[in-house]
Amino acid sequence: MNIKKYIKIYSLFLFTSVASELEYKSNIIIDFITAILSLIGSIFLLSIFFQSTDNIGGWKFEQALIIQGIYTILNGITNTWFNPNLTEIVKHIREGTLDFVLLKPIDSQFFISLKKIAPSGFLEIILGLALLIFCIGINQINVNLGFLILCLTTLFCSIVILYSLWFLISTTTIWFVKTWNATEVLRSFLYVGRFPLNSFSLSLRIFFSIFVPIAFITTIPSEVFLGLAQQWKILLELIVSGIFFLVSRRFWLFALKFYTSASS
Amino acid sequence: MSNINSNKLTTLLKVQYSNMLEYRVEIALWAISGIIPFFMLNIWTNNNLNESINVSNIMLSRYFLSAFFVRQFSVVWVVFTFEEDALLGKISPYLIQPLNPFFRYFFQHIAEQITRFPFAIIIALIFFLFNPESIWIPTLYVFFLGCLSTFFSFIIQFLIQSIIACLCFWTEKASAIERLLFIPTLFLSGLLAPVISFPEYVKSWIYITPFPYLIDFPANILSGNKTNIIYGFVMQIFWISVLFPIFKRIWSLGTKKYTAMGS
Repeated sequence: MNIKKYIKIYSLFLFTSVASELEYKSNIIIDFITAILSLIGSIFLLSIFFQSTDNIGGWKFEQALIIQGIYTILNGITNTWFNPNLTEIVKHIREGTLDFVLLKPIDSQFFISLKKIAPSGFLEIILGLALLIFCIGINQINVNLGFLILCLTTLFCSIVILYSLWFLISTTTIWFVKTWNATEVLRSFLYVGRFPLNSFSLSLRIFFSIFVPIAFITTIPSEVFLGLAQQWKILLELIVSGIFFLVSRRFWLFALKFYTSASS
Repeated sequence: MSNINSNKLTTLLKVQYSNMLEYRVEIALWAISGIIPFFMLNIWTNNNLNESINVSNIMLSRYFLSAFFVRQFSVVWVVFTFEEDALLGKISPYLIQPLNPFFRYFFQHIAEQITRFPFAIIIALIFFLFNPESIWIPTLYVFFLGCLSTFFSFIIQFLIQSIIACLCFWTEKASAIERLLFIPTLFLSGLLAPVISFPEYVKSWIYITPFPYLIDFPANILSGNKTNIIYGFVMQIFWISVLFPIFKRIWSLGTKKYTAMGS
């Protein structure tokens, strides 16, 4: 692993994909408006839930906004990096162009996961961050260095989990060829991450902690943000993200053994 | 329009149906990805939020199940197919045929809905397994009205998306506009929360827009919740009669503008 080489290659990826995306300038503006409307819509929905009650699942409206903010950031990251790259895997495998990726003298998972970038997701990340800063104000959170490090660590862990989930599902393409819709199923499950997990019934809560680990993706980072998370939860988050990443890596290497290129 | 006979259309439907049957797994996954209403139902009932809008747990679960069904049979994706066809120049051979290409897309959707049907039924059965108290059988009359309003909802969405799809003749990526329009559809149509629960400042204008007639109105009919049936149908027909001429106009303008690949 030559880290310098990878950084250099990544900056080239960044340059080429931003250049090609900027060809559709009006598209980017439309995507910006979409992101803003989407955030307004989710806050509207949240406000409907809070019309007659001051807490759902033990979360106040101001606290639930934090989950919304973290979800928006993660959704922006998904739209910027995961979605454009991992839908590309399906194309690579169907058309057999994965051959060219595998022949290159760099790591195939690195290439496939980071090749493209869709800059329109950036606005969602900025919107989410702005919402979080607003939440610091209304929830009167004390910001210090330790808090920031903890927040960034858990957020990083949830990004890793999210990435691994996307990558795991995209990898199954090697056997099933068309799993584009499976990522759509994942998307609809992840939608639940906009709401506090405690507001669901017990069976769904278990489902969303184990099978689709939304508890680790949005709930624990939000609790950390509020200063409510116990230490064991943070530790668990670290361990889970590590396991997810290793599994996705192993699974990719395993799946590659079954790759037989197109027309064979 | 004179050269369209029913023979042609049934053939088109048959072809598209066998086409869709090839992608059963894919369509099953589409069906599963539509289960968001059930998660929403869980939030509503688990926090007793429905007490404030005077809808019982059972009626609300019927509402969300109906919303799931209406959504399953009114999903439209014509803009994505059309965009690909237009960008790759596949439209050209279709344009030569003595049949508007949108008939092809229309029957693709109908065929997909037929393929989807068994999967939607399975999901509904699983839902009833967990919520046996919410089982109900609508009367034939209600069922007919529900299906009709769902079909109208499908037509409205198909027309809106076809209009957007025609923008492909001018701009290369019309699907971005569709994604933009999908946001109000998602939040205002009643898929995530029944329109009756919306705050007054939204309810005062929402019934003039097409959104509540896409999911909320058919779902209310099917589930037996309170709704103004005559007004709903009038509004659905009104929107269809507004959108159809726009579509025809933009189609004739667009095809004049169309230049095939490589020109």
